[in-house]
Amino acid sequence: MSDADNLGFTPNEMMTIAASRALRNDDVCFVGIGAPSAACNVARLTQAPDITLIYESGTIGTAPDVLPLSIGDGELCETAVTTVAVPEMFRYWLQGGRISIGFLGAAQLDKFGNINTTVIGDYAHPKTRLPGGGGAPEIATSSRQVYITMAQSKRGMVEKIDFFTSFGHGDGGDHRQRLGIDTAGPTLLITDLAIWKPDPVTKEFTVVSLHPGVTREEVQATCGWVVRFAEALDETPAPTELELKTLRDLQARTKAAHQGTAKGKAA
Amino acid sequence: MVKFLPLKEAVAENLYDGDSVAFEGFTHLIPTAAAHEAIRQGFRDLTLIRMTPDLIYDQMIGMGMARKIVFSYLGNPGVGLLRRVRDAIENGFPRAIEVEEHSHAGMANAYEAGAAGLPCAAFRGYRGAGLAAVNPNIKSVTCPFTGEVLAAVPAIRPDVTFIHAQKADKKGNVLVEGIIGIQKEAVLAAKRAVVTVEEVVDNFDDLHPNLTVLPSWTIAAITVVPGGSHPSYTHGYYERDNAAYLEWDEIAADRDRFQAWMRKNVIESTADDFAARVEHLRKAT
Repeated sequence: MSDADNLGFTPNEMMTIAASRALRNDDVCFVGIGAPSAACNVARLTQAPDITLIYESGTIGTAPDVLPLSIGDGELCETAVTTVAVPEMFRYWLQGGRISIGFLGAAQLDKFGNINTTVIGDYAHPKTRLPGGGGAPEIATSSRQVYITMAQSKRGMVEKIDFFTSFGHGDGGDHRQRLGIDTAGPTLLITDLAIWKPDPVTKEFTVVSLHPGVTREEVQATCGWVVRFAEALDETPAPTELELKTLRDLQARTKAAHQGTAKGKAA
Repeated sequence: MVKFLPLKEAVAENLYDGDSVAFEGFTHLIPTAAAHEAIRQGFRDLTLIRMTPDLIYDQMIGMGMARKIVFSYLGNPGVGLLRRVRDAIENGFPRAIEVEEHSHAGMANAYEAGAAGLPCAAFRGYRGAGLAAVNPNIKSVTCPFTGEVLAAVPAIRPDVTFIHAQKADKKGNVLVEGIIGIQKEAVLAAKRAVVTVEEVVDNFDDLHPNLTVLPSWTIAAITVVPGGSHPSYTHGYYERDNAAYLEWDEIAADRDRFQAWMRKNVIESTADDFAARVEHLRKAT
């Protein structure tokens, strides 16, 4: 496995930076918390300074100096162009078709981009009760495209998810169209090892680019389904100095800010 | 007619065993002090409604006060899972609870329908989502004009809604600022509303005309509780106590540690203790 000692960056840093590169200046991006939030803000601080970032708490056009711990941190509101009520967020802005990219993370993901963040095991008698969908079920179907980012593991990338929290391509092929969903769905998956895109016909996620130093075997060893690789497989460009510095500075500011609110540590 | 009351009376006059109750706040302005007062008064068989049940519903469910929970995101925001709620759902401890689960869009539309006096909400949602198969309150309607099939959910009409807000004026009008979440809809959808505020000011004469103000006659009772949304935050007053959210994950992981924490910080505390809890979170301006 590639690591910081050999390459000068970690797999997680490569994931965040590769994800950040997928965003454009004119995107209106609905940001999921966690890995997507870091990637979206690195994009804003590097090659997409005018990107509109939206968090489901109602903050539109936000530009946080540190990464929020929750989707509703004060920092998001203080730096936003405007803050709207939650019903307006979901009705006018998401349902209204104004979001170009919905950026989601996943607890469990299948090869067709369907996401489970609800339960492990049976719904009525779950082995593990996860937080559930929040905004994701409608982000997944009302955003014009969906990008997904997550670190690879056999537990997370599975042949069959336990619950359809957010619909991707269903059973593949034209399943979205058959349900009357007219948005593109998942078009990009960025993991800590590779970049994946759906096959144009089957919609199965296919590896199109390996991150520097990553082998096909490593990708397969951390994925629960039989991985398909594109015939012309690219290598993801390594992070630039600027990208790495931007991400690390952002994480350092975030760490300092969140420690600053710890009990007894404030001045 | 709105009444200014001590928190104990405001809760006792408006919440009853068996009620459906919403303690709303979307990460911001969470009415923790009101929830803790409800815990001290020991209500039973509540239906707890909230888009983002976080620490306060973890606490109420851990204390065995709820028979049902209605929600759309069951997490400790930015930290992980709610361990007392998990114990109730996975193990029936301290009692089994009924679950009604929605998406944020579903809950937001349902509150809005409640505020609008409609029986249900129709929206473009739950397409391909597993929730529609496990929640009988998620149905569909066909648009009579276009033929599009839309999701339908019943309106949310709580018996009582509790919220926290920045300030009231002396007449009892209430100002909500910042991430306003679902506060207004949750108040207007409810039969009764109780508001805790950071402070009371003489009047709202200088306010911008388009701010979110709840007129006094939409509210049953107001209580002044400085710091009353801790460990959440109040925009303009104090910041979110992120460390407390991280710490809660450890407290709630253990049944005995949870009980000990509740005894010390809720049962044997009062609303007056909240001001000191946010002192280190106030901005040095």
